[in-house]
Amino acid sequence: MDLSYGPEYEAFRQGVREFIETNRDRAPRGEAMKSDRVQSWQKLLIDNGYTARTIPREYGGHGGEPDIIKARIIGEEFARSQTPGGLGGQGISMLVPTLLELGTEEQKKRFVPPTLAGEMIWCQGYSEPNAGSDLASLRTSAVLDGDEWVVNGSKIWTSTAHLADWIFCLVRTEPDAPKHQGISFLLFKMDTPGIEIQPLVDMTMARNFNEVFFTDVRVPKEQIVGKRGEGWFVANAILGHERDSLGDPNSTLTRLNRLIEIARQETVGGQRLIDNPVFRDRMMKIQARVMSLRFNDQRVLSSRINNTDARLARMISKLQGTELRHDLEGLAIDIMGEIGLMYGRSDYLTDNGSWQQQYMYFLGLIIGGGTSQIQKNIISERGLGMPKEPKFDQQAKA
Amino acid sequence: MEFGLSEQQTALQDSVNRFLDEKAPLERVRQYSEERQERADDIWDGLVELGLPALLVPESQGGIELGALDAAVACECLGRHVTPSPFLSTAVLAPTAIKLAGSEEQQNRYLPEIANGSATFGAALSEATGARRDAGVSATRGKLNGKALFVIDLYSDNYLVADTDNQLHIVPSDASGLTINTLPQIDRTRPIGEITFNSTPSDALADDGQGSALRAVIDIGRVMIAADTLGASQEMLDQSVQYAMGREQFNRVIASFQAVKHMCAEMAAEIEPSRALLWYAAHTIDEDPEESHLNACHTKAHLSEVGSFIGKTATIVHGGMGFTDLLGLHYWFKRIGYNRQILGGPESVREEAASAQGLC
Repeated sequence: MDLSYGPEYEAFRQGVREFIETNRDRAPRGEAMKSDRVQSWQKLLIDNGYTARTIPREYGGHGGEPDIIKARIIGEEFARSQTPGGLGGQGISMLVPTLLELGTEEQKKRFVPPTLAGEMIWCQGYSEPNAGSDLASLRTSAVLDGDEWVVNGSKIWTSTAHLADWIFCLVRTEPDAPKHQGISFLLFKMDTPGIEIQPLVDMTMARNFNEVFFTDVRVPKEQIVGKRGEGWFVANAILGHERDSLGDPNSTLTRLNRLIEIARQETVGGQRLIDNPVFRDRMMKIQARVMSLRFNDQRVLSSRINNTDARLARMISKLQGTELRHDLEGLAIDIMGEIGLMYGRSDYLTDNGSWQQQYMYFLGLIIGGGTSQIQKNIISERGLGMPKEPKFDQQAKA
Repeated sequence: MEFGLSEQQTALQDSVNRFLDEKAPLERVRQYSEERQERADDIWDGLVELGLPALLVPESQGGIELGALDAAVACECLGRHVTPSPFLSTAVLAPTAIKLAGSEEQQNRYLPEIANGSATFGAALSEATGARRDAGVSATRGKLNGKALFVIDLYSDNYLVADTDNQLHIVPSDASGLTINTLPQIDRTRPIGEITFNSTPSDALADDGQGSALRAVIDIGRVMIAADTLGASQEMLDQSVQYAMGREQFNRVIASFQAVKHMCAEMAAEIEPSRALLWYAAHTIDEDPEESHLNACHTKAHLSEVGSFIGKTATIVHGGMGFTDLLGLHYWFKRIGYNRQILGGPESVREEAASAQGLC
């Protein structure tokens, strides 16, 4: 065990801290996507190598050498100081790495720089009402008509569709091929005629998700990533990116520490909540889980740095990270009791109602990004070598 | 940065596992348990040959001078093989106490014998983590009086004894006024018992008035017990997967049913983070003493919960066979059950974790 990053990296960390100290008053404070403040902060971060660090300069990135530890330190320092880091969103976190890996030179030049700069906002068109966990059974079709694809069908759970300029979308182009081989990966503008967006209000009452309907939407032929029928493999090149980032134990730790603070201040029947041994025990139980996932995370990081095997440790992180966070938020509500119910302006509202909001939000994340059940399939099949599910559709055909 | 076992630690793991696979398979453990053997000298001699009791002893005393993580690696192997051996008290608790609170003369007397395997130790510490009924050992003018309950590694040459003032003593098993009474318990791989002292002379270790050495002994002991549970849990998962891959029902191996696969996935999902927690806790014992107490508490409590879950789930995956003595899966179930209670059950250890953070 060697848990230090070494003097070179501690110097790097110092540099990040100084940058944050000097510049944090320029950071956005909840401004809209595409506002000047958001875009100039993003530019400042790219120039200093604190986001888009390893993306080549010609595509609008910083052009730095890949360095897992530096990336981790940047993340840690921005999180620690609660300073907004570089822009995220599905365009930057999912489409950009995909294009860099599988896009044409022209696609990279056209799409990556404005996306990184926060000028081009994307949404992701994957899930459909009848294609959730079984994503590869998706039915939205695209038929080539001259120089254009004609897209028909619908997508669901489309975050930020109402704000997006473009969509990266999985469509079925080869209806007669086996289901994984009949899909293509298209890019098109959200203001193309034939697109209708309906908000899908979630249980937190946020209007973040949408249903998106396509009726004879015409897309230029060249706006495809990879070849016809390769869309499933293009999409899978980045699904792993999404899964890794859900349920980060470091932010769960921040929440736990806040909960402990609440329990020390809030009283019931004149007794501090922390003085209730049952609550204390439940908090300690969850603290050990938070610690174990944080160290699991460090083990995974270490395995990436040193090129060693920690496959199982990595596979369980989405499953355990999201379940833990949901449990923690629920525990906070239990500890606060009726005060934990407050969800709207009053003297008793705690942390802006975030405990109820996150309790529900993380229930959503247990389901989204590959449900806990799908994660368990992955762990048992790829991690433990147990057999795959029998395929009933193929058995029926045979 | 390297969060994980070193090459040397992996090699240690391999060699201990290989020895136990060959020389201490379940049949040997069964024989030990069913015949109520007191010591398994054949196994202990092999572990001595591998250098296990020398792990924490300084080189100057004939030891190998490694750390808590190395000892935890060994403990994990012992748990995996449900091995009867006085490793915990002899190779970990006693040398930790003697190194911290022994005079030069005491170190010279005990440590070389520990390292070469000629002196084994048991440990009477239960009263320090929660005295039951009228148990308690008092020390006056170099003599011990009273009763120690649930003494671990009972059939040993010496005992490490905590008195009611949190001072530690060393007492040979043949000391005058000392009587030993076996307490039959569920885990037959680990003999525990009751020792009464009647004006028994003791070799007292230094007392700093704060019980620091005792606390350190309990901390490292908890980490080791957690490592034992980790090894036992991993073995139960491995056996579950293997059994499910071979057992057929409804014309398919039961490993192809999601109900079974998900139970196995859940076990893996609990075990992997526990391993990281354990490694970290063992690491801080040597490298970060300020954090080590909290980590030791959390690791002991967390592995206790994980172990109970694995014990139950793995048994269920094995169906009726899991319930039989024929298969012997219950040896691991009981090992985990023992580990949960010894040196503090999860609730009381979590309360210590809260106290360590000033929360109670």
